[in-house]
Amino acid sequence: MRQIRVDRRKLREVALTPGEFLEIVEKLGRRPNRVELGMLGVLWSEHCSYKTSKPLLRQLPTEGPRVLQGPGENAGAVDIGEGWAVVFKVESHNHPSAIEPYQGAATGVGGILRDVIAMGARPIALLDSLRFGPLPDSRRHYEGVVAGIGGYGNCVGVPTVGGEVYFDECYADNPLVNAMCVGLVRTEQLKRARAESAGNRMLLVGAQTGRDGIHGASFASLELDRAAEERRPAVQVGNPFLEKCLLEACMELLACPGVVAIQDLGAAGLTSAVAEVAARSGAGARVDVSRVPRREQGMTPYEVMLSESQERMLIVVEPGRESDLGGVFTKWDLEASVIGEVTADGHLVVVDELEKVARLPVTLLTDGAPVRMLEGRPPLEQPSSTCGDRLMIQPANMGSVLVRLMGSPNLASRHPIYRRYDHMVGNATVVPPGGDAAVLRVPGCRLGLAMTIDGNGRYCRLDPYNGGQIAVAEAARNLVATGARPLAVTDCLNFGNPERPEVYWQLREAVAGISAACRALSVPVVSGNVSLYNESEGGGPIDPTPVIGMVGLLPDYGVRLDPALKADGDFVLLVGETGNDLGGSEYLSVVHGDLGVQPPVIDLARERAVQGFILAAARAGLLCSAHDVAEGGMLVALAECCLLGGRGVHCGGLRPDEDVRLDAGFFGESQSRFIVSARPRVMPELQALARRHYVALALLGLTGGEAIEFDGQFRVNLAELREAWENALLTP
Amino acid sequence: MKFGVVVFPGTWSDRDWGHVIQDVLGADLVYLWHKDRELHGVDCVILPGGFSYGDYLRTGAIARFSPVMDSVAEFAAAGGLVWGSCNGFQILCEAGLLPGALIRNRCLEFRCQWAHVRCDQPRTPYTWRLEREQVIKLPIAHGEGNYVADPETMRRLERDGQIVFRYCDPSGEPTSEANPNGSMNNIAGIVNSTGNVLGMMPHPERCAEAELGGIDGLALFRSLLQAASSITLR
Repeated sequence: MRQIRVDRRKLREVALTPGEFLEIVEKLGRRPNRVELGMLGVLWSEHCSYKTSKPLLRQLPTEGPRVLQGPGENAGAVDIGEGWAVVFKVESHNHPSAIEPYQGAATGVGGILRDVIAMGARPIALLDSLRFGPLPDSRRHYEGVVAGIGGYGNCVGVPTVGGEVYFDECYADNPLVNAMCVGLVRTEQLKRARAESAGNRMLLVGAQTGRDGIHGASFASLELDRAAEERRPAVQVGNPFLEKCLLEACMELLACPGVVAIQDLGAAGLTSAVAEVAARSGAGARVDVSRVPRREQGMTPYEVMLSESQERMLIVVEPGRESDLGGVFTKWDLEASVIGEVTADGHLVVVDELEKVARLPVTLLTDGAPVRMLEGRPPLEQPSSTCGDRLMIQPANMGSVLVRLMGSPNLASRHPIYRRYDHMVGNATVVPPGGDAAVLRVPGCRLGLAMTIDGNGRYCRLDPYNGGQIAVAEAARNLVATGARPLAVTDCLNFGNPERPEVYWQLREAVAGISAACRALSVPVVSGNVSLYNESEGGGPIDPTPVIGMVGLLPDYGVRLDPALKADGDFVLLVGETGNDLGGSEYLSVVHGDLGVQPPVIDLARERAVQGFILAAARAGLLCSAHDVAEGGMLVALAECCLLGGRGVHCGGLRPDEDVRLDAGFFGESQSRFIVSARPRVMPELQALARRHYVALALLGLTGGEAIEFDGQFRVNLAELREAWENALLTP
Repeated sequence: MKFGVVVFPGTWSDRDWGHVIQDVLGADLVYLWHKDRELHGVDCVILPGGFSYGDYLRTGAIARFSPVMDSVAEFAAAGGLVWGSCNGFQILCEAGLLPGALIRNRCLEFRCQWAHVRCDQPRTPYTWRLEREQVIKLPIAHGEGNYVADPETMRRLERDGQIVFRYCDPSGEPTSEANPNGSMNNIAGIVNSTGNVLGMMPHPERCAEAELGGIDGLALFRSLLQAASSITLR
């Protein structure tokens, strides 16, 4: 047998293992040259190939009667009726944001916009899920990321309508930045990024190609270490103005005859874009790097093929039609050049004028990465907790605990963040940020789209299976609280290094949990992203943080719910059942400095019943308001309803079931619950409806006044709560 | 009445203006591409919000050199109605069609929120349906809406009643707390000395339908529609 020499240093540079290298040599029947090795390295990275997560992702439900496009394209698409399809996807930009927060977040927004544009859709909304270390230490990350999201989104003119942010020590060195984009397209104009027949021309449009972002995809698949600082050139710089021009040009190109496909250049740049459009049609492609417009002199073919310069699109057009598109490019002052063509031989051939620099089977690039079957094993050490004894002491004054919780950065008002984002441009935002989910109207009809993004790393740290289920259930609850029926999911799986058995186990459990919840709630996963290796030297892995983006449909956006209490004298009710669910709660963390042992229990059948009840009650017009009970528990949810409605509530004393602690009744995070308000006269009908859905409905009190009062227990003025809630995230 | 909405590269409120003009008001609409000088016989030119040319250099600094701006300047000089909002206001200042300049918000951050503004000049084609000192609520969305001008210009603007809108509290007081960007004298919008060119930072096109949270912007559109039918411009 011939001995194959393996240069580990070179392999490390392209993030391939010696085993993978040998696999390449065997399949190719020869050693790859340096360009080929680089191309394989980026496409075989976890970021592009999902080589680790693929076997797990297969269990996710991806089909449904309304699904037009599931995973595998640039974004998922769902039919919403009236001739429209909603297109959406979430993607992480964690590693770039750790190194360069502003540009990392900005280009994360830019990348996800292009994914939606590639489907032929006009982006209508952006959402972001963020995680940082505790303030004020994480201020550099926090300020930079928020500014970057605003800087890009505001300039490009797509409203940022929702998101979430949490602070926890585990994200101190490895913040999470997940950006989601939602777009709309007429169903008949939905595009797939497929190269189609041989002879079609490939045009590269937009920014010139520079050396920025080389090895970005590989970099995203490594742990962050000190050397990460030296990889700063792997972070790209965004140009939102160019993106806006590219967006409008793409919208015009889609109307041009002969345009076959549009493909975004994201991770792994030209290599990935060309390989993917070719692979989807079982075709090959020939690219001439000498035709790629450069920003810098002296770039090698290797650098051109791997550059992750932003704001570029690959356009596939029928031969002879290239020049018809010139008018669009001239109008928008965009540079476009034919860089190659689709071929029939199934190979991606790269030439530099006349010199051949690479020739690889397309399928080796896109599907060749050997699937890694890793070992998963629950951590030997179970989460330790002292809550057994320490929690014996219940706070004497639940009111002052409420004030403390409302001022916790994890629960405080997000207004200081979203006021920095244009959330109104597009004249579609009928429910702005600040409630459970944003609602946007669909042009020319009464349909409304509700959208949210949600996750809870703490629950997943305690029990990733349960946490995965809760992430889905909670996102669905956000939508249902507006009166919208959940349609479909996009997921972003943020985990540590899967080569650690306990991390792989977390990933496996979380995906199983997500899968179970998606099935139970009939919401297929239509797109998503996996971000592994979220670790730092010394810091260890982040909490397992699956983030769920979800879109729901309102038949009439004028008939909807929000959390604000509407009038004095309404009944305030708690929907759902309360247990001793203190584990993983914000209360336990803030007041007792503890994580707990078990996250809240979730029963998917009950979840479905409760959501069904809320939707039925909303449709019947029985509710004045609805709010999902989430982090902070019942009392925090109630306080939000009061603050948003500008009126208080007067309740009888809270008397939980005898085996439920009083603090759990107020602050426990039992799942499948809502706070609703209703006119007293509809109570009989509402109670009958609850019985029919087998859902518990408990009267908490009556709206009115300037305080939250529980008889014999506590009274807090709204002014005091508002002060704590509104100021916690203000820049000092 | 025919509105012409100018589109620069980087403009993004053009479609929102177009929607209100066509779908809400039923008026005629033509988009005016910045590279074209032709105004297509419009009765009112709209300079909408956005980040023209990315606003990388200075807001509006490059857009003012677009070919269409020569025609807009001629049109304004002849008494034509020119209405700039947000980036449009910034461009009007850069182009010298309005005095002063718009600099970075005092808080150094972008602000997207509802703002109360007081109408201090109802004797314009844009505001005659409003009462003097009437308070209306309009959305703002900008990072550079902090109006500044030299003392002489400020004196003239105040003396000649060119300040059309001032940020105020809900009761109409132009307090410092109610000023979202630090503008001098709480200025939210001004007209030129002949009253036909209006620049304002708020977005009237975002509040012409109740489902978007308010309809106070409609008063401006309606003023204009009736003004245009009663006066001949050309």
